[in-house]
Amino acid sequence: MKGSNHNAAEQFRLEDVGKIFPRRQVALGGVDLTVRRGEKVALIGPSGAGKTTLFRLLNLTLRPTSGRLFLDGADVLELHGSRLRDARRKIGTIYQQHNLVPRLKVVHNVLCGRLGQWSTARSLLSLARPGEVDAAYHALKQVGIQEKIFSRTDELSGGQQQRVAIARVLLQDPEVILADEPVSSVDPALASSIVKLLVDISQSTGKTLLVNLHTIDLALEFFPRVVGMRNGTTLFDLRPDQVSEDLLEELYSGRAPESESGAIDDEEPSPPILQ
Amino acid sequence: MKSPARPYFNNAQKSYFPYLFSALFLAALIDSWRRVGVDLPLLFEKQGRDNILKFFGGMFPPEHSSQFLSLMARPALETIQISVVGTLIAIAIGFPLGILATRNFSVGGILNEADTSGSPLRYALRFSIYSAARGVLSLFRSIPEFVWAFMFVRAVGLGPFPGVLAIGIAYGGMLGKVYSEIFEAVNPRPLEALQSTGANKLQIFFYGWLPQVLPNFVSYTLYRWECAVRASAVLGLVGAGGLGQQIEISMRMFNFNEVLTILIILFIMVAAVDILSSKVRAVL
Amino acid sequence: MIDEPGEKNAAMPWPGHERRGGVTLANWLVTAGVLALFVWSYYGSDIRLGELFSREGSGQILTYIRKLFPPDLSPTALHEGFRGAVETFAISFLGTLLAFAIGLSVVFFASRNLMYSGLLYEMEPSDWWRRGLRMVPYCAAKAILNILRTIPEIVWALIFVFIVGLGPFPGTLALGFHTGGVLGKLFGEVLEDVDYQPIEALQSTGASRLQILFYGIAPQVLPQFISYTLYRWEVNIRVAAVLGFVGAGGLGQRIQIAISLFLEHQLLTLLIFIYILVTIVDYLSAYLRRKAI
Repeated sequence: MKGSNHNAAEQFRLEDVGKIFPRRQVALGGVDLTVRRGEKVALIGPSGAGKTTLFRLLNLTLRPTSGRLFLDGADVLELHGSRLRDARRKIGTIYQQHNLVPRLKVVHNVLCGRLGQWSTARSLLSLARPGEVDAAYHALKQVGIQEKIFSRTDELSGGQQQRVAIARVLLQDPEVILADEPVSSVDPALASSIVKLLVDISQSTGKTLLVNLHTIDLALEFFPRVVGMRNGTTLFDLRPDQVSEDLLEELYSGRAPESESGAIDDEEPSPPILQ
Repeated sequence: MKSPARPYFNNAQKSYFPYLFSALFLAALIDSWRRVGVDLPLLFEKQGRDNILKFFGGMFPPEHSSQFLSLMARPALETIQISVVGTLIAIAIGFPLGILATRNFSVGGILNEADTSGSPLRYALRFSIYSAARGVLSLFRSIPEFVWAFMFVRAVGLGPFPGVLAIGIAYGGMLGKVYSEIFEAVNPRPLEALQSTGANKLQIFFYGWLPQVLPNFVSYTLYRWECAVRASAVLGLVGAGGLGQQIEISMRMFNFNEVLTILIILFIMVAAVDILSSKVRAVL
Repeated sequence: MIDEPGEKNAAMPWPGHERRGGVTLANWLVTAGVLALFVWSYYGSDIRLGELFSREGSGQILTYIRKLFPPDLSPTALHEGFRGAVETFAISFLGTLLAFAIGLSVVFFASRNLMYSGLLYEMEPSDWWRRGLRMVPYCAAKAILNILRTIPEIVWALIFVFIVGLGPFPGTLALGFHTGGVLGKLFGEVLEDVDYQPIEALQSTGASRLQILFYGIAPQVLPQFISYTLYRWEVNIRVAAVLGFVGAGGLGQRIQIAISLFLEHQLLTLLIFIYILVTIVDYLSAYLRRKAI
């Protein structure tokens, strides 16, 4: 709308975007990135690279401290109130730690995807008597745990909770799906099928998909575009066949040996969660 | 129309507790409402509104003549003193009783493992000590300190002394109960490890037990002291020293601006105690 | 209740969430000062513990205790005790409910993260005047809670007796108002410790703040709120028993009469009733707390 050279096919456009946290922790510095509608992008890189922070900027949880971020041509800093909520509704996020409300029943957590569309009164009523149960059921069926629909969320295993989070996004029916390490706390056999599910959904519905991955193999196998991040900036932005061993080593090197296995590394002075 | 999710809904855990509870709750609510004689119009009708205005209007400006303020100095300080000495007595009562009332010490626990074997007589003895300690703490705790104070005034006369005793006993009961809970929550594994290295009881106490117990112990005791300051202020209402007595006098004489001053003094005292105890907590 | 500064710092770096403090020299001085306080309190006052252990002091106490036995078990005394107990129960029950309502209503305004800073406001325009406007209810709410909390229940009772007259009603109001302030503060601490991950997720779906409140915050905090309220009920039953001293009904009123008229046997009966009542409420509270969590 306002961006001078806005291309209608552009979903996200980042121009020299940076993010500094209050205690002067630099999470992102000078990121340039453009993502088109319907694209499937995998983000890889070591812990502390800023991938999660980037996602939080993209899903309008945080605002950039420098640079400009455009969502569908609109500058993100100009979005407030109901326009902001509408924008958020268009973006569905799957978090590494599920971010579900533990004490609610699974059906309510799935229905959270609809909150952006429901009025407040309707959302309250739904807590007493769930509305759109069939839609929730259908979403859960797509991820294979429909039988848990009325169980309490904290009674499910990690992998099951992750699938509930995916069902929530399905119900939200956004234009963009952001998945922040959706398979780190899931066993490898399941991981592959979950990533495949996300890619299939993107393919069939035309939704834009950005996935943050620890497992390089999954990234290279399923995604036509791989972006490597390190130290708050992008190192490369290539097709999987262009990503060489040397490039990968450069991406992950220079770090303490423990972090290469992908273990959660809390020695880094990075924003302490979700890295 | 049958939803595909229906079978899962029917199988979900359902209990009767919420219904039973709601029924009892409602019954209690209605009965209490009538019994207490809730009469909201009293607050909002002319008489009530007049009284509210009289009270809050009369409070301002607070009485700030220097003679009144110096008159308040002594009771204010006395309130603090009562709270401190009272709390110290409470610790003196609560700590030993708390230990006796802890299952791990009296009756079982790994530190007693080698001792407790056999002899049902010994067990019975230990258990009765444990129960007696719990009973005494319960008794001390259940009688409000106000009532203790009132009784002590009858027994030993007016002044701060009955107030100190009342707080000592009532809070001793509370401290003792919470201490016993803290002691019971101690993680026995480090203690076991220490014992297996051949440490004696005293060493285990200082190296394993005390570090676990101290933070919660101090934290709760400080919290109780804050409560004690407020309680001491109030006990004056029965003549047990402190600011309470003065509040009653001022209220009875309808000198509401004096009441406000006393309340402000109380507020400052409680705030000071609050800050003090958070600094002490930070040290630990 | 145990506050470890380190743990709070490991939370998200949201604006305004930083905690100041650490152990400084000031803290050590303060502890030394506290010890000095002990010494002054004892020697500087009229309190002489020696009196307690002297033959005279303990003698007086023992004589008085002996006077209490045996308890008066006549039908009238038992009837009075029972009525008083039920009345006191009603006062504490209604009063605690009122406190819950007051605490709940005020605490959401007295919470920084819900009013003007933190995750929910990260993307909002941060004009200074907008923030200022949002801070007004926050400061007002905090002030109200402070006032409610600091004035002791008995003083509130005196105030309400003045406004509406004698009886259990002013006692209930007094209990409710004071405890409302206490609960408000406790609830506030729970709200600060809320897990923000589900909240962030909810916000990212485009939910409004009210929806986030009901779906994300309430399920996390309500059980703890209820638990604290039940715990406070245990305290309140004792307070309710005492409010009668200033004419607010219940066992307290009857105890005051018994003591003033030197009816020691009846006093013991009433004390027994208090003990039973308090024990019952303690058990009820513990049972319900287990169910709530």
